[in-house]
Amino acid sequence: MSGAIQKKPGNRNISLLITTLLFFVLFGAGSLAYDRFFSLSTFLNLFNDNAYLIIVAIGVTFVLLTGGIDISVASTLAFTCVFSAHLLRLGVPPVVVIPLVLLIGLGVGLLMGYLIQTFHLQPFIVTLAGQFFMRGFCAVISTNSIPITDTFYKYMALGKVSIGKGKLYYYVFFALVVLAAAYYTLRFTRFGRGVYAVGGSEQSAVLMGLPVTRIKIAVYAISGFCAALAGVVFSFYTLAGYSLQNMGLEMDAISSAVIGGTLLSGGVGSVIGTTFGALIQGVIQTIVTYQNLNTWWTKVTIAALLCVFIVIQRGIALRAERRKSG
Amino acid sequence: MDTQEKLLEMEHITKKFPGVVALRDVQFALRRGEIHALLGENGAGKSTLIKVLTGVFERDGGDIFLEGRAVSPQSPQAAQNMGISTVYQEVNLCPNLSVAENVYIGREPGSAGRIDWKTINRKAAELLSRFDLHIDVTQNLDRYSVAVQQMVAIARAVDISAKVLILDEPTSSLTAVEVRKLFEIMRMLKARGMGIIFVTHFLDQVYEVSDTITVLRGGEYVCSSPTAELPKMQLVARMIGKEYEDLESRPSSSLADRGKRDLFLRLQGAASAQISHVDIDIQKGEVLGFSGLLGSGRSEIARLIFGVDPIVTGGLEIGGRKTAVKEPITAMRAGIGFCPENRKSEGIVGELSVRENIMLALQAKQGMLRAMSRRQSEKLADEYIEALSIKTPSREQSIHNLSGGNQQKVILARWLATAPDLLMLDEPTRGIDIGTKAEIQKLVTKLAGEGMSLVFISSEVDEMVRCCGRMVILRDKKLVGELTGEEISEDMIVKYMAGGEQFEPKTETIQ
Amino acid sequence: MSQKLRQFSKNQIFWPLMVLLAILLANGIVSGGSFFEMRIVDGHLYGRLIDILRNGSKLMVLAIGITMALATGGTDISVGSVMAISGAVACSIVDGRLLPGASGNVAVAVVLALLAGVLCGLWNGVLIAKVKIQPIVATMILMVAGRGIAQLITEGKIVTINSDAYYFINGGYILGLPFPLFIVAFAFVLVMLFTRKTAFGLFIEAIGVNSVSSRFTGIKVDRIKLMIYTFSGLMAAVAGLIESAGIKGADCNNAGLLIELDAILSVAIGGTSLFGGRFSIPASVIGALIIQSISTSVLAMGVAPEVTLVVKSLIVVVICLVQSKKFKETIAGKFSRRAVKEA
Repeated sequence: MSGAIQKKPGNRNISLLITTLLFFVLFGAGSLAYDRFFSLSTFLNLFNDNAYLIIVAIGVTFVLLTGGIDISVASTLAFTCVFSAHLLRLGVPPVVVIPLVLLIGLGVGLLMGYLIQTFHLQPFIVTLAGQFFMRGFCAVISTNSIPITDTFYKYMALGKVSIGKGKLYYYVFFALVVLAAAYYTLRFTRFGRGVYAVGGSEQSAVLMGLPVTRIKIAVYAISGFCAALAGVVFSFYTLAGYSLQNMGLEMDAISSAVIGGTLLSGGVGSVIGTTFGALIQGVIQTIVTYQNLNTWWTKVTIAALLCVFIVIQRGIALRAERRKSG
Repeated sequence: MDTQEKLLEMEHITKKFPGVVALRDVQFALRRGEIHALLGENGAGKSTLIKVLTGVFERDGGDIFLEGRAVSPQSPQAAQNMGISTVYQEVNLCPNLSVAENVYIGREPGSAGRIDWKTINRKAAELLSRFDLHIDVTQNLDRYSVAVQQMVAIARAVDISAKVLILDEPTSSLTAVEVRKLFEIMRMLKARGMGIIFVTHFLDQVYEVSDTITVLRGGEYVCSSPTAELPKMQLVARMIGKEYEDLESRPSSSLADRGKRDLFLRLQGAASAQISHVDIDIQKGEVLGFSGLLGSGRSEIARLIFGVDPIVTGGLEIGGRKTAVKEPITAMRAGIGFCPENRKSEGIVGELSVRENIMLALQAKQGMLRAMSRRQSEKLADEYIEALSIKTPSREQSIHNLSGGNQQKVILARWLATAPDLLMLDEPTRGIDIGTKAEIQKLVTKLAGEGMSLVFISSEVDEMVRCCGRMVILRDKKLVGELTGEEISEDMIVKYMAGGEQFEPKTETIQ
Repeated sequence: MSQKLRQFSKNQIFWPLMVLLAILLANGIVSGGSFFEMRIVDGHLYGRLIDILRNGSKLMVLAIGITMALATGGTDISVGSVMAISGAVACSIVDGRLLPGASGNVAVAVVLALLAGVLCGLWNGVLIAKVKIQPIVATMILMVAGRGIAQLITEGKIVTINSDAYYFINGGYILGLPFPLFIVAFAFVLVMLFTRKTAFGLFIEAIGVNSVSSRFTGIKVDRIKLMIYTFSGLMAAVAGLIESAGIKGADCNNAGLLIELDAILSVAIGGTSLFGGRFSIPASVIGALIIQSISTSVLAMGVAPEVTLVVKSLIVVVICLVQSKKFKETIAGKFSRRAVKEA
């Protein structure tokens, strides 16, 4: 209890630091190993190619922060693509389609959150049901890939701003806006702080009078909404809707969050970290491509990183437990 | 007591749970500027009373008056808004948030939904400095000691305009220096006119800081008295259910020492994460009691012997051989059995049948591959259901459908089935009807007669006197005395438990 | 007799069995009886029912493996990836790209594939029992990595093989019945013997109900968890062999994709609580057959197979709600309130 106030980075800052550092080390390693790697356009392409992943991962981060899990996001994304493509083909204007699919994503998330919270069901199982449901509905609409020919979508697919030699597609700005909004929400609103509090200690959050039920339902709604928004971005990106799109993306999203420093037990993590987590996956993918390696090295590397981060997290938790009992 | 001074009054409080009356016509009064110790042993009803007061439980009868107005808080939040705040033993804050945020979460200053972090940090630092706590409030809470966390929790509670502050076992994990610090703060708040309810099981602390004591026992009000007028001995007697006048030097019954027996188990300077420096010998065929109030270390020793909290330093000899007990199965193989204190969470395996619950320990001891046949296990279960007269519709009934007493008998059967040389019973009769209690006590005596060693732990002193042939007494996780045979009397036990100059820990080891 | 029937109706297996029979019967009625037709060609039995059994064999094997993990209150979501690894190992050896010395040796391929499964399971088990990571998180690592590892083994190609001996694992017949059924039967009998004739089953249920009490009775909780996850890995490897023999090669992208969810669902339909406790291997096997029948029926109706996902999702929600204490209380509360109103 000394009077001096020292500025030491806390745990959360350290892990964010590690993640950021890891990103730049990987990027630097790629730059050293390959010509043409180190460029603004390589850097910007990370955003171009991973915009949708960033959005999904940010949504999932909200859920993980409360200690939950959401594995329905990839299906919601695919459904959004397929349903949008289907409606557009029928001639429904984008101004109707986009709000509609976003609303569906939000609604599905809300429903899952309600089931989980009200009936004390396991998040894993309920969002698994959600995953099946959305993926199944994709197939109900169409099992073939539906191309999108709408002019607005085409405009969004091709529209870009040039920055130096690089370019940034318009849809990347969706990801940046989501990132900014999520950062603000988690940092500067009561709801956002409530999300951390619930993840830190749900019991305490209840005793401190926070609206725990509302918070826990809301994070699934946010996750569903982000997944749908990512679906819209993904349909800009690919100009098609296909029912088997992005199988396993939920794990990429969760990996992004974990590599970005989010604790799966909840309470610790940041959307900046998650974004870097997604970008790290992008860099690994790029390096693997440059090296002409089998793309599956990406998965193996990411899983190895995931494993390291989870074991480190576990070690930190163990140390905390020991300190408590000792 | 002047009505003007009364801050909080609870009258005729009754709370029933299915099958149990947890509080029966309990009263409690707190004045402004008073530190009021609420005391009682396990199951006395302290925590139920506090939960009724803070709106966790709905009461079944009685009235609560806060500053003369009848109140009925429906939730801890509602209670807090009325001015009744609680700080629990397990700090109920969020370890992952900053100190400042923990003080202000849920009521953050700011405008248009934007939290003003500068103001929060500044105000939190100011608030805590009034508690003489000068720390970096932007750091995460879990970077600080439990003591600091507790202060932060108190600061938060007081800042939300607490009139009544409830401190539920706040000192359990604090060092002596930290306790003194806490007491300073309690006195400061008291001087401001706040009423503090102090729940603890450290009697010395009660005498150091409290003005008034209220004792509960078995869900009923026992007495309320200014601390200065209630000697420690009398207090302990009230807590454990003996009027002081009743205490006499009654020699223990048939179990007087039968001379020197063979040694079964010896602990030398043993320590686990929970307790240190334990020296105890257990002889064959004796009933050894571990006496002491809740939290005195009586359960910790049993858990250490059984390998639940494994020994970190020191030695354990069983049957003359040094034994490393790292997990329960090792202790079991060495001939030890243990009925833990928390029947529901550590004893029964809820959804399994009576038969399976009985066979479990023996099966584990025999090893997984040497399975008992269905017929063997049925025979075993039937034997014990009859021998201990366990009341169950059938041996296939799920154990959680049985009454507490019968569940306890099943756990006893589980251990008797392993034919242990030493059986340790921690609160085997708690929450059990009188009839079953007597049966269990008789069984203990009988088993010792057959040559089994027993360790008996109970909050009820008369039961200890009836059952034990020898007894060690613990206070504040230290052995403070030992009584053998005729020396055992409620009077002596209470004296040791309460502590006093002649009853301080002896320097030589206790054998 | 009626006494025995009543007793049977309380068995965990009763309701799943009724559901299965109902689905089969409905199929029979819709198809006008052709559903139940069986033909014997070259001494081999053919027919819809046989198809369900053969196609469901992977799922049955997985369900047998994963039931015990769920019974301890854990889960294993890596089984699909382990299947991919096992198929990749076996096919690469049969194909000769791995261990050229043993080229084409099906026995070596099978043994090494199973060993790979055991190693995967052991990895999961160590993370869960020793490092004490939550089962979902621990098995998620291998779930993400597994397909990548499988791809690396096959060097990123879809390995097609040409070995009648290997095809036999899926397409062979013994005594007129498909060979995979014998694998299922073997695994089933083995597990039944091990859980019933040793105390393994009892210990698993005790851990699932209350792992603290279980430790206090001397059960080696960690060791049992290690065994369970190892076994789950082994069963996944077996399922991987059946699958790869069926498609006559290793397709690491699609082998066992999403099947971990079907496996969990099979166990849940079989009535084993996802929170742990009582379990029944036979009920899980029937659960797997229910899933397979639904898939087959949907296929028979000419609807895209993915549509079964919608059906499955609804089943999951219903099962979860039925198992949820809170849901029962809510329902009971509504009824009693209504009763009060009416009175």
